[in-house]
Amino acid sequence: MHMAGVRFLQGNIACAEGAIAAGCRFFAGYPITPSTEVAEWLAQRLPKVGGVFIQMEDEIGSISAIIGARWAGVKAMTATSGPGFSLMMENIGFAAMTETPIVIVNVQRGGPSTGQPTMPASGDIMQARFGSHGDYAIIALSPNSVQEMFDLTVEAFNLSERYRVPTFLMADEIVGHMREKVVLPEEVETFTAPLSKKGARYYFKPDPKTLVPKMQVFGRGYNVHVTGLTHDERGYPATNDAKVHARLVRRLVEKIEKNADKIIKVEEHHLDDAEVVLIAYGAVSRSALAAVRELRKRGIKAGLLRLVTLFPFPEKLLAKLARRAKLVVLEMNLGQILREVQRCAKRDVHFLPKIGGELHTPREIVKFVEALK
Amino acid sequence: MRVEVRFSGFGGQGIVTAGIILARAASIHDGKNAVQTQSYGPEARGGASRSEVIISDEEILYPKVLNPDIFVVMSGQAMQKYIRDLKKDGTVIYDSSLIKTPPERGKAFAVPATLLAKRELGKTIVANIIMLGALTSITGIVSREAIEKAVLESVPKGTEELNKKALHMGFEQGDGLLR
Repeated sequence: MHMAGVRFLQGNIACAEGAIAAGCRFFAGYPITPSTEVAEWLAQRLPKVGGVFIQMEDEIGSISAIIGARWAGVKAMTATSGPGFSLMMENIGFAAMTETPIVIVNVQRGGPSTGQPTMPASGDIMQARFGSHGDYAIIALSPNSVQEMFDLTVEAFNLSERYRVPTFLMADEIVGHMREKVVLPEEVETFTAPLSKKGARYYFKPDPKTLVPKMQVFGRGYNVHVTGLTHDERGYPATNDAKVHARLVRRLVEKIEKNADKIIKVEEHHLDDAEVVLIAYGAVSRSALAAVRELRKRGIKAGLLRLVTLFPFPEKLLAKLARRAKLVVLEMNLGQILREVQRCAKRDVHFLPKIGGELHTPREIVKFVEALK
Repeated sequence: MRVEVRFSGFGGQGIVTAGIILARAASIHDGKNAVQTQSYGPEARGGASRSEVIISDEEILYPKVLNPDIFVVMSGQAMQKYIRDLKKDGTVIYDSSLIKTPPERGKAFAVPATLLAKRELGKTIVANIIMLGALTSITGIVSREAIEKAVLESVPKGTEELNKKALHMGFEQGDGLLR
């Protein structure tokens, strides 16, 4: 089983142990800094818990292998960083279209291209949401501590299974590589997509409430057809039928959007009376909270909205906050979640980006907020 | 109280390991909060290596070290590069068998760790553990019991005695310098 108890661990290793705790028994990946320790650790650990680890030829092979493993009935994950993430995009769309529950860990580094292998960034946020072609929806989470590298990996598996959707753990080099004390529970709550009856005709007919269909497993007598082509509720291609396509693709998006309130998690710090609300996620949110505490000491009513879930995006909450407070977005890119905030806020949004591989310091944030008129 | 410690030297000297052991001692055995981070180039050995630890009784939010209170340094290159970041009244503990010029600022403590490791223990590889011992003695940021437990948990099986000797040698070096 997974490690339990009080430990002093690196973020990437906590992520690997979270996967084991969530029931992951298959990992396929191609090592890339700063995510490599996830693969290294699982290469040792998975065989000991009855699982399989494969180092693939590249990231295209890796994502393909985990999709196949899940259809063979095994929870599966891969881990990568920028360049590998780009290579995975086509089959992330395939996973979305075939409603395959998989977890993709991206320990982000500076991009574009091979960029800065050993430095942190949050440059792949929009790629996680929109990187593959066509319309679809995904779930993406953003850990800000070693503890959350464990907890949110478990959560990512459970969400991917509940909504049958590729789910992303959008970490960064800081949380991936730093070490902190963690408390790993003996047991965690896990969820596995329920299986449908064998011999059913409409394998892709969704539950009318959740909009999610039941799952099948290859090799266990299910005569199911799984395709990336537009398919009807039997799973058969129906590529020229406008109604079938619209119904399917709308449902792929709506099964996430209509369940958004159940999926979304945020942390709210001092928002009740806040006149300036900082919006941050990942490692930056730690600096932002330190800045909020300092600003409060200086008599400025600041608060922090920390996004734990990046997608689906907490639209309603943002719209509400925008009506009564100034908004300041902080992120390690030149404006990605900023666009989401602007879309919901319908007012000017202040922005403090930082790229180059360094985290915002609390002092920089304090200075920026103090200068706002 | 937030205490920031920076270890720096060459890749291969156990700089990252030293940081991890210190943070483990503080967080697991002394019951404080600790965060360890590191920065490194693409080289595994020979390049510049840096490992940083923050120890605090309170929650640690910003996880990086900007101006260390304590600087443990094991190469001349690292001394030159980082000495200016040290807090004004900070403490420098340097390997005087590798660094000939004392630092230009801070309270300086010279520990000939690499020489001692080689001459007394026959293994230069434990120089980092001697430095950890000296650090513990000089600064008291972790207890001797905690650092010893953390060292013994972290080193490869079969090397426990060697590392324990190195740690105690470091304690003595530190005690001697404080006298």
